[in-house]
Amino acid sequence: MARTISYREALNEALVQEMERDQSVIVMGEDNAGGAGAPGADDAWGGVLGVTKGLYDRFPGRVLDTPITESAFVGAAIGAATRGMRPVAELMFIDFLGVCLDQIYNQAAKFRYMFGGKAVTPVVIRTMYGAGLRAAAQHSQSLYPIFTHIPGLKVVLPSSPYEAKGLLTTAIRDNDPVIFCEHKALYDTTGEVPEEPYTIPFGEADIVREGDDLTIVAFGRMVSVAAEAADELARSGVRCEVIDPRTTSPLDEETILESVENTGRLVIVDEATPRCNLATDVSALVARQAFGSLLAPIEMVTPPHTPVPFSDVLEDLYIPDAQRVVNAVKNVMSWER
Amino acid sequence: MTDERIHRVTMPKWGLSMATGKITDWWAAEGDDVSDGDDLAEIDTDKIAGTLESTGDGVLRRIVVAAGSDAPVGATIAVVAPAEVPDSAIDEVVAEAEQQLASGEVEEAGGPAVAEVDVGGRMISYASIGEGPEAVVLVHGFGGDKNSWLFVQEPLAEGRTVYALDLPGHGASTKDVGDGSLNALAATLVAFLDELGVEQAHLVGHSLGGAVVADAAASAPDRVRSLTLIAPAGFGSEVDADYLRGFVEASTRRELKPHLRKLFADESQVTRHLVDDLLKYKRIDGVREALQTLLGTLLHGDAQAIDTGPALAEVDVPLAVVWGRQDAVLPSTNASALADRVQVRFVDGAGHMVHMENPAATREAIESVLR
Repeated sequence: MARTISYREALNEALVQEMERDQSVIVMGEDNAGGAGAPGADDAWGGVLGVTKGLYDRFPGRVLDTPITESAFVGAAIGAATRGMRPVAELMFIDFLGVCLDQIYNQAAKFRYMFGGKAVTPVVIRTMYGAGLRAAAQHSQSLYPIFTHIPGLKVVLPSSPYEAKGLLTTAIRDNDPVIFCEHKALYDTTGEVPEEPYTIPFGEADIVREGDDLTIVAFGRMVSVAAEAADELARSGVRCEVIDPRTTSPLDEETILESVENTGRLVIVDEATPRCNLATDVSALVARQAFGSLLAPIEMVTPPHTPVPFSDVLEDLYIPDAQRVVNAVKNVMSWER
Repeated sequence: MTDERIHRVTMPKWGLSMATGKITDWWAAEGDDVSDGDDLAEIDTDKIAGTLESTGDGVLRRIVVAAGSDAPVGATIAVVAPAEVPDSAIDEVVAEAEQQLASGEVEEAGGPAVAEVDVGGRMISYASIGEGPEAVVLVHGFGGDKNSWLFVQEPLAEGRTVYALDLPGHGASTKDVGDGSLNALAATLVAFLDELGVEQAHLVGHSLGGAVVADAAASAPDRVRSLTLIAPAGFGSEVDADYLRGFVEASTRRELKPHLRKLFADESQVTRHLVDDLLKYKRIDGVREALQTLLGTLLHGDAQAIDTGPALAEVDVPLAVVWGRQDAVLPSTNASALADRVQVRFVDGAGHMVHMENPAATREAIESVLR
């Protein structure tokens, strides 16, 4: 039965249900038990923003609190995955990926390819991305395009509580390394989520809203921004189709191309900085495979090519909002050959 | 005090999540005589489009919400009253309705209440609406759920209690279908009546649900007051086995949509929300296994494996049968197996989901045996 819970609770429920279903699922990372300034298991925070809260007591010995050593515990998780476990490692802020990149892109991503399909690496690396929480330049980036670039990794960007639970369940059951990117500003958002375990397949986009005037492709938290813009545009008679790819690798190219072939216009909303991000990737896809359908140039709504500002005012300006999406759509709609 | 002869037509609540609806067209014009069951308006929600029927007799005196406009659930969208009611009284009701719309103080219509009950250790979810000594129980078909009755359940509830349940393996109920046999499903239905304290009920079943209610009536004849079978399974041998297998196997929107189109005469009824809702159900753990088990009950090769005729022969209660003329899943020619027993009501322009495509005809058939 579906009921309304938060994105954070949906993720926690997926972890609980999969740990109950499969003894090989373990959780590891910094502050999974304990937390900044907390005494440890007696006051287990469940990670810095509380996603794994309650797991430490519920699954004795299967929730590992690690030191601040991403290179060590991410490597350990990958190694455990090759030996039959299903670890879910928490890389806290995505900004810290640099210190464990070798373990991810040079090892885990390649095992299946290098061993002729005989090796499986069922590891999930959960990580937080995104601006808006006043966490400054070193804790606010949207670096999912880096993982998307690496063959052998699956990359997931859940945009709502429903997607969060279903996609995390799929990620844990998947036999390949999955980078699971959670937006910090979504943890308190709520939505209808079934109580039962369920899965959402990778590589299938969600059509959040149907329309035939223009296609908006949006990623992660930008999905709700795009939907808000589409609501406003609908009041002025512009019907936008909003597509949430849900996973950037694999990417549901077919749904995007079908939509653009129908609408002839495309706006892409991506919180990652504009060079070599998902907006440029989707733009290239459409320009190459649906060029004949385009009635206007493609627009990309992204932050500027700068680090995330520390100033509250500048950070608010940095993040794409619904008004910027509305302006981009109007710009595309007004274009004439 | 408002004249009691004045009937407010309100925006219905089709499903728990419906908050507003858009009137895409009015089928009746101001000044038209309307009767109970007449089509009044076409309403579009974010999930489904449907026809709002009149629940009273009189003249459509005023349209409050014009075609093309949205209104919240519960809002007065039109006023029906006999011709002799003075215009001044109608004006008063319309002014009140417009004021409520403008202020946003519309009292939301309740709609069916959802609850769950433990039936033999397994959870059964159901929706109920209405009050009254008579109980009507609606049983959906293979892969369906209690929400498929959204256009029928509320209009039937005038003076009656109307239940719609999720069979095991479906909707929000347990996904444990046991051996998946027809007898087991029918036993669950009778045990459901026990748990709810319903001594006797009018049973309505669609497709697989039709076979289930017939079996329940045969096994517990003292519990059933009437039967309505809507495109029931188990009559004749013909069935679209490809549809059944395809529905079970499909796991993506692209795979599922072509199969769902077979359910309706008007394929535009297969909206994105309908497909998404079914995918959400199909992706729940245990659903695929449950449907596969039930498939073994339904099919023998490419033919129907169940025969509802012998069970129905044991049942001696008022019987109605409705069949969509364009049914592509269980062809309406299968109804010939019932020709000796009842005059089947064939509905033109409707497919397998006749209760969604023509709720008025379905409701009329059900009510013909409730009286």
